[in-house]
Amino acid sequence: MSTTELQAVPAGTWAADKVHSDIAFAIDYMAGTFSGSFSDFDAGLTDGVLRGSARVASVQVKDPNLTAHLQAPDFFDAERHPELTFESKNLRRDGNQLTVDGEITIKGHTEPVVITGTISDPINDPYGGERFGLKLETKVDRTKFGIDWNNPLPNGEPALSNEVKLIAELQLSKQS
Amino acid sequence: MKVLGISGSLRRDSHNTKLLRTVGEMFEAAGVEFEIYPDLKLVPPYDEDDDVDQAPAAAAQLRAAVAGADAVFFSTPEYNSSIPGQLKNAIDWLSRPKSESVLLNKPVAVIGASTGMFGAVWAQAELRKTLAASGARVVEGEVAVGHAHTRFDDSDRLSDPDLSDQVAAVVQTLIGEAAPRRTARAAA
Repeated sequence: MSTTELQAVPAGTWAADKVHSDIAFAIDYMAGTFSGSFSDFDAGLTDGVLRGSARVASVQVKDPNLTAHLQAPDFFDAERHPELTFESKNLRRDGNQLTVDGEITIKGHTEPVVITGTISDPINDPYGGERFGLKLETKVDRTKFGIDWNNPLPNGEPALSNEVKLIAELQLSKQS
Repeated sequence: MKVLGISGSLRRDSHNTKLLRTVGEMFEAAGVEFEIYPDLKLVPPYDEDDDVDQAPAAAAQLRAAVAGADAVFFSTPEYNSSIPGQLKNAIDWLSRPKSESVLLNKPVAVIGASTGMFGAVWAQAELRKTLAASGARVVEGEVAVGHAHTRFDDSDRLSDPDLSDQVAAVVQTLIGEAAPRRTARAAA
């Protein structure tokens, strides 16, 4: 199976259909998982480079108090760092498996990251356009981005994991 | 620039209020307006039923004072290894509603004094945690004025030069944190 970069992703310019795309995160918290998403984001593929950005102000979690806390310096510090961004450096495809090397920036800190997932081939949609899908995941250590908040459990262990799963499920439609 | 001082101790001869007077002189020497909040004692117990469009006057006044300041400088004693109840109660009023809290992104500093040897370090840690959870921008720097009853001269000024240097450093850190926000707001 070929893994050459030229064949990894469709050529041209593609933009995320935001209604049918999600940027989300999941993190181990106490005995389960805490999840959230960003409702305001952009993502696109231009000439083989995948880029995305999400507005911190649009973070959605189920507790409004936490929504406010996530904007604060304890977490994303939206006043100083209103966006999270990603840019790919290299994409490798093997069948429907995609590996993306890139850099992610959160709270002003940029770290290299390897993202894995699947890619579908372009299809014709009912509206006369073309689209394809990406389902991507990676894990990052939030403390590398200066997000250190925690709370100890009664046994002394931290309630919130440092490892955060970042999830992007994107439908990208071809731009004319 | 205007900085509001809040003393966690209500009593007339409070060491923490004296400490804030020294802090105030340092701010004023740097050209910064400084005022110690005079009415913390009047703030009623936080009750969500009272936290309606027209909050109780004493709580509304406290919120307005914090909203109108570029930064807030706290000095706290330690009661039973923690924050004095009235100070925590004030923060509970200031922190709500969470999405519009007057503490959100507000630069704040915390120091403390106690007559014991540890200088209210646990209360300071708890106050920093509570302020950060309320969305404040808590600056680095801790000053623990232990044996507080021996640390002030006849004019009620902090008499220990090492402690004075530490307090001055926190004052400068808070000015450094608040100045760019003030500039950004003026430009907006």
